[in-house]
Amino acid sequence: MTVAVNPSQTGEPIFYVAEEHPHPEGWSTSLGFWIYLMSDCLIFAILFATFGVLGGNYAAGPAPKDLFDLNLVAVNTSMLLLSSITYGFAMLTMQQNKVAQTQIWLAITGLFGLAFIGIELTEFAHMIHEGATPQRSAFLSAFFTLVGTHGLHVSCGLIWLVTLMVQVGKFGLIEANRRRLMCLSMFWHFLDVVWIGVFTFVYLLGVLR
Amino acid sequence: MSPDLLKLIFGRLGFESLPLHEPIVVGTFVVVALGGAALLGGLTYFRLWGYLWREWFTTVDHKRIGIMYMILGIVMLLRGFADALMMRGQQMLAFGGSEGYLNAHHYDQVFTAHGVIMIFFVAMPLVTGLMNYVVPLQIGARDVSFPFLNNFSFWMTVGGAVLVMASLFIGEFARTGWLAYPPLSNIGYSPDVGVDYYIWALQVAGVGTTLSGINLICTIVKLRCPGMTMMKMPVFTWTSLCTNVLIVASFPVLTVVLALLSLDRYVGTNFFTNDFGGSPMMYVNLIWIWGHPEVYILVLPAFGIFSEVTSTFSGKRLFGYTSMVYATVVITILSYLVWLHHFFTMGSGASVNSFFGITTMIISIPTGAKMFNWLFTMYRGRIRYELPMMWTIAFMLTFVIGGMTGVLLAVPPADFVLHNSLFLIAHFHNVIIGGVVFGAFAGISYWFPKAFGFKLDPFWGKLSFWFWVTGFYLAFMPLYVLGLMGVTRRLRVFDDPSLQIWFVIAAIGAGLVLLGIMCMLVQFAVSFLRREQLKDVTGDPWDARTLEWATSSPPPDYNFAFTPVVHDNDAWWDMKRRGYQRPLTGFRPIHMPSSTGTGIILAGLATAMGFGLIWYIWWLAAVSFIAMLAVGIGHTFNYHRDFDIPADDVIRTEDARTKLLAGAK
Repeated sequence: MTVAVNPSQTGEPIFYVAEEHPHPEGWSTSLGFWIYLMSDCLIFAILFATFGVLGGNYAAGPAPKDLFDLNLVAVNTSMLLLSSITYGFAMLTMQQNKVAQTQIWLAITGLFGLAFIGIELTEFAHMIHEGATPQRSAFLSAFFTLVGTHGLHVSCGLIWLVTLMVQVGKFGLIEANRRRLMCLSMFWHFLDVVWIGVFTFVYLLGVLR
Repeated sequence: MSPDLLKLIFGRLGFESLPLHEPIVVGTFVVVALGGAALLGGLTYFRLWGYLWREWFTTVDHKRIGIMYMILGIVMLLRGFADALMMRGQQMLAFGGSEGYLNAHHYDQVFTAHGVIMIFFVAMPLVTGLMNYVVPLQIGARDVSFPFLNNFSFWMTVGGAVLVMASLFIGEFARTGWLAYPPLSNIGYSPDVGVDYYIWALQVAGVGTTLSGINLICTIVKLRCPGMTMMKMPVFTWTSLCTNVLIVASFPVLTVVLALLSLDRYVGTNFFTNDFGGSPMMYVNLIWIWGHPEVYILVLPAFGIFSEVTSTFSGKRLFGYTSMVYATVVITILSYLVWLHHFFTMGSGASVNSFFGITTMIISIPTGAKMFNWLFTMYRGRIRYELPMMWTIAFMLTFVIGGMTGVLLAVPPADFVLHNSLFLIAHFHNVIIGGVVFGAFAGISYWFPKAFGFKLDPFWGKLSFWFWVTGFYLAFMPLYVLGLMGVTRRLRVFDDPSLQIWFVIAAIGAGLVLLGIMCMLVQFAVSFLRREQLKDVTGDPWDARTLEWATSSPPPDYNFAFTPVVHDNDAWWDMKRRGYQRPLTGFRPIHMPSSTGTGIILAGLATAMGFGLIWYIWWLAAVSFIAMLAVGIGHTFNYHRDFDIPADDVIRTEDARTKLLAGAK
């Protein structure tokens, strides 16, 4: 909203807006959501720092080398990266106002996300079965908490995705729904970025350690 | 019923959880229960529930939410102060073989609850309440960026307060000190519900605080009226912006550290344990990375209040506006670089300690700049010693003393002597009471007429002021002396009889503060009764300078009939000086957010979930969690969250004000 704040033609200063247009709905939403994401980023930052401090404390228990199956993690990583690409396609079709195609891409994104969670849970189950439980050592506590918090975020994203699909199906690609899809998009890509950190610092560096 | 079934339904909650063996607690419960029953009965008798629900509990109006925050803060102040009196009484009596009147189990809960309540449920609500009320008005906005979120944040804060209060009568509170350091707070040493109450109260309230921080940042960045550039914002708005940035950048750390502690306690992980590779010092580091910014979160808005008050009551533009803004920003940044000064004795080595000692001392430079700015604002001003100005001067004297003892503690070798002594206790009460509490009182007496349309009674206010200030000095100066003599904090009984006199003086001081609090309550009552004499119809009772005084008192729901346009730092002063004429015609419908009950319902469910987790009532936690998800998702299906105030209503409201103003002249 731009309003002339200089003195009007008569030389009298203007002290109020006579012809007013309220801020459009969602005026602050993207800024607010960005700030929320940054606060969430801080949560991950602390979990990474915790892993950095405690990640070498195996307490005579299993170390990353004994536990991590890099092939499985590579597959898992590609699931999440692909889901980010397909979410991008959903946003492109949203811009073109194609409801059905948007829904299809969202559904594919959801399936990739589900696959990611599924593989992660399998990995966790396998580790716990081998006795590498979160209680075993500070390293494992930090590992399960960092990776698990990321997984929890993806799961929340999945619930959100389904909700938005229902809302798009019900009300179409109206302004409010576009804004919501945009927020979820930022959230989804953010989780991708965090995962790249997890993959690098936890898995790759862990195996090198 | 079988014990298994009972355990399934009630978790570890049973009749033995009620503290029936503690006569003090039972007595308190009787008083609270009678008072609560009288209050609830009164509300029912006068049929006020509907009104409260529609106009207050479900409101998204930032002004009403602000007032509710203030009420929460003042009510919790009474609880937190009762704890303070109990400690002063205990320490005064427990000499010469006497055990005092509090057993260790109870005393440890009292000092923990005192700290937690005063910081999280007194200082935070008071500060958040003032920001909520004043900031949108100062920037010429109609409401905050996310009005529903604002209501939700408030109720989450209440939810946390409810859990802390519940711990008084159901079970017990933590016995760990207000930051619950492990290993003491771990399950091995604190197997009971106390620490769980602590964790979930702070987690529930913390969600509210973080969201309210995001909300106010967006409000200040996105909703300023035309012409108000960043460097034309009132200083209180600037300090609020910095405080909310600090909130968003520090509360997530608290959330994580408490989450890790709960994992240790509930799941048996090894973050902060002494074995299996855990590190208790991680906790201490992490919690102070939140904890140090927290004290600036509290004091920066107070600095903003003092700036507004000094400039208004000196009748002058604030001296050094730009340096004030930069000092605030510098403090914001530096507050992240000092956390280790809380545990110099941890043994980080000389280099680390000197780094954090020096950064800590550097903070006194921007703070000193602010102090001089206030002094120069007063210099050659026509100072009016109204209540807000009196609190400001008391602050300037008191805070300088507290600041200097702070710099003293920042010197690592000195800190090795004074660490965890009563000197430290005296220091932080000196800055928190002298800074935050006096600031909140200055803010309350300054903006009260804006919120309610009448001033606070000056006689009872001044009485309260003098009791508070003298009481403060009597209560805390002896603690400096005791601290220098080596007395450590949180002690329950003493051997050396020569110390007793200082504790007696401190207790007398606490008694004076009690009188100060009572005078303040009387002041509210007297002001309400004398509201006709104390009435202000102009909306600008102090001849003030910023935009909130341009509208009526109390402001209409929509704050400003037309959005103001700003040309100067002191926007309202500029408008008055250049002959601003209030518009009388051309009103239009105004777009406003609608009330909703979702916030209070969600917060209620979150509180129930917390209660379930505290007592291992797993079904309650699960049901409340699923219900929260359902209500939250259900809320997103409501796409119609605002309405228009019809132009006729605006005209009626504004005409009423025109008549009032005509009558005043």
